[in-house]
Amino acid sequence: MYRSHVLVCGGTGCTSNHSAEVIEALEAEIAKNGLAEEVKVVRTGCFGLCAAGPIMIVYPEGAFYSRVNADDIPEIVTEHLLKGRPVKRLLYQETVENDSIKSLNHTDFYRKQKRVALRNCGVINPENIEEYIARDGYEALGKCLTEYTPEQVIDIIKRSGLRGRGGAGFPTGMKWSFAAANQADQKYVCCNADEGDPGAFMDRSVLEGDPHCVLEAMAIAGYAIGASQGYIYIRAEYPIAVERLEIAIKQAREYGLLGKNIFGTDFCFDIEIRLGAGAFVCGEETALMTSIEGHRGEPRPRPPFPAVKGLFGKPTILNNVETYANIAQIILNGPEWFASMGTEKSKGTKVFALGGKIHNTGLVEVPMGTTLREIIEEIGGGVPNGKKFKAAQTGGPSGGCISAENLDVPIDYDNLIAIGTMMGSGGMIVMDEDNCMVDIAKFFLEFTVDESCGKCTPCRIGTKRLYEMLEKITNGEGTLEDLDRMEELCYYIKNNSLCGLGQTAPNPVLSTLRYFRDEYIAHVVEKRCPAGVCKNLLRYEILPEKCRGCTACARNCPVGAISGKVREAHVIDSAKCIKCGACMEKCKFGAIVKK
Amino acid sequence: MNNKMESIPFIDSPEKHAKLEAIIAEHKTMRGALVQVLKLAQEVYGYLPLEVQEQVAEGLDLPLEEVYGVVSFYSLFSTVPKGRYKISVCLGTACYVKGARAIIDKLAELLNIPIGGCTPDGKFSLEACRCLGACGLAPVMTINSEVYGRLTPDMLPGILAKYAD
Repeated sequence: MYRSHVLVCGGTGCTSNHSAEVIEALEAEIAKNGLAEEVKVVRTGCFGLCAAGPIMIVYPEGAFYSRVNADDIPEIVTEHLLKGRPVKRLLYQETVENDSIKSLNHTDFYRKQKRVALRNCGVINPENIEEYIARDGYEALGKCLTEYTPEQVIDIIKRSGLRGRGGAGFPTGMKWSFAAANQADQKYVCCNADEGDPGAFMDRSVLEGDPHCVLEAMAIAGYAIGASQGYIYIRAEYPIAVERLEIAIKQAREYGLLGKNIFGTDFCFDIEIRLGAGAFVCGEETALMTSIEGHRGEPRPRPPFPAVKGLFGKPTILNNVETYANIAQIILNGPEWFASMGTEKSKGTKVFALGGKIHNTGLVEVPMGTTLREIIEEIGGGVPNGKKFKAAQTGGPSGGCISAENLDVPIDYDNLIAIGTMMGSGGMIVMDEDNCMVDIAKFFLEFTVDESCGKCTPCRIGTKRLYEMLEKITNGEGTLEDLDRMEELCYYIKNNSLCGLGQTAPNPVLSTLRYFRDEYIAHVVEKRCPAGVCKNLLRYEILPEKCRGCTACARNCPVGAISGKVREAHVIDSAKCIKCGACMEKCKFGAIVKK
Repeated sequence: MNNKMESIPFIDSPEKHAKLEAIIAEHKTMRGALVQVLKLAQEVYGYLPLEVQEQVAEGLDLPLEEVYGVVSFYSLFSTVPKGRYKISVCLGTACYVKGARAIIDKLAELLNIPIGGCTPDGKFSLEACRCLGACGLAPVMTINSEVYGRLTPDMLPGILAKYAD
């Protein structure tokens, strides 16, 4: 028995912040103090509060250390682990109240969260199957195989109201029933872990923190539709997740939870990993299957739908990681429990990856129907540096922006579509007044131009033309007619593309045109970028009343655009200026402004 | 993505050649093996020049154009060599709104190479990459497997100086 457990986050965020060195220092220091028999160090998955990483929690007290450095470890070990005195200076400040330690669940970041898909992340050691089993792991699979028929399993998932968490929100139970209805000698269960939306990392965190919950759910799906083989298609850019999945699959096989005759029944199921090679379009289901088959990941027309003719021409279901992460909990707690959370048409919880201009970047899981204001202001801690919230972008390159006027809309699949964006996989990027919305639209179009697979002309050429128009506007050469032509082209691309990539690629433009038209007009009519981002529309000026004539700016200007005598106000020749901003950086008197 | 064929001479070695042969032999019967084999081949050679693509095509009994089609489709594959220190700047949305553009522009200026290029001595290559999922540390870049987060342009000369050898 250990008297104390130290949990250190080994997710990608904290690992990038050197949590591996923290673990190493911790183990060395614990051994040095002769505590190896009493204190156990566990490398877990993501705790969610990535902004405060590397994160470490000491149980049984629940002391939450944030931004831990390997140099702090000797003090923590001798003071806290040896003498029992938590090092308050290094604790997450919000958990220290007067002289006692508050539970993590009472902090602003965690209070409103409800963890279903993330329930084991940051709690168990993902590389040890027994810790998963101790948290009811594989019990749902056992229950399905021994107590329910495949039809009953599908019925439970249908009644829970679970919808696909990958973006489109298709009812999961329906998808399963379509594949189950088709007779074939072989069927497949696929998992989409090709998390391509920039700014979304919940799938990676689930795989890193709780890989077995995905394996268990895939086996349940296999039983429900009559498949014996599963594939997980995962991004090669997620090395930690891949490694933990490999370990998990190996352990599950050793325990007889994957492979032949699972739980002594006739049911056989095994899983293989396939690495994606970096193509956003492979998040689309038919493109993903083409890619698993080893080809260029181009989408195929539907019908035939994958439930009829999918991977290798056989009936296939494809679900997203987060969707699978809910399955075992639905089986164990019942569909009514799941359906009791959320809104009328969107049940359960949703994980969001909060990023951008927000205090608490990280992963949050909240019941559907939570408002954006609660997520951003209460859980996320608001916009830092006293700046004003401008918009939140959801749905990645396929989505749109939510402006301040819609902050109180309860978030679910249908409400987001009504306000011109979409759930997507749950990335949520917050932007403040320093972000230019035209530039953001251009950023997403640059992404889709690059990622269009090239099969359909409206998407391949259309996104390119759209990008060029945006470039024209950010260069200060746009006209009001361009705005109308852009809108027309957007609808043309949406209506004439084969797959989801093309159908949604214009969304960032349409949504910014809808909510931030005034910014477009400022660019076009006044030739001005209100946020001061678009370089060609910027003008640097020296305020004569503040300039002391120190010559620092003139000496640092790479193109010699600044002139003036010593101790006299200088001037910038805007015809020569390349808008590099070097002068503004060097000015000690705040005399240079961007307009 | 940059897929143009470069005239950098390809240098093979018997060890690498044998390694690739072994990879091909191991995957020959696997369904849809091409992407996986190319990924492993790139780990052996660092990139996928025409010569390597030919060997893969022959080994897996596929037409060369199919192999090239796959190589040119996925951003993970490169037909030009990378620098000894591969700098990848994340241009995911979270990093972008926090100023990743200024980071990559500054690096291009410091190294005097375009984005996607490699320094003439083969030391540094610079590329923009897709979201690394370390959004809590935005803006982020990696140099080989080392991750640097919460970057500002003035931190960059110091970081590059660490790779002096």
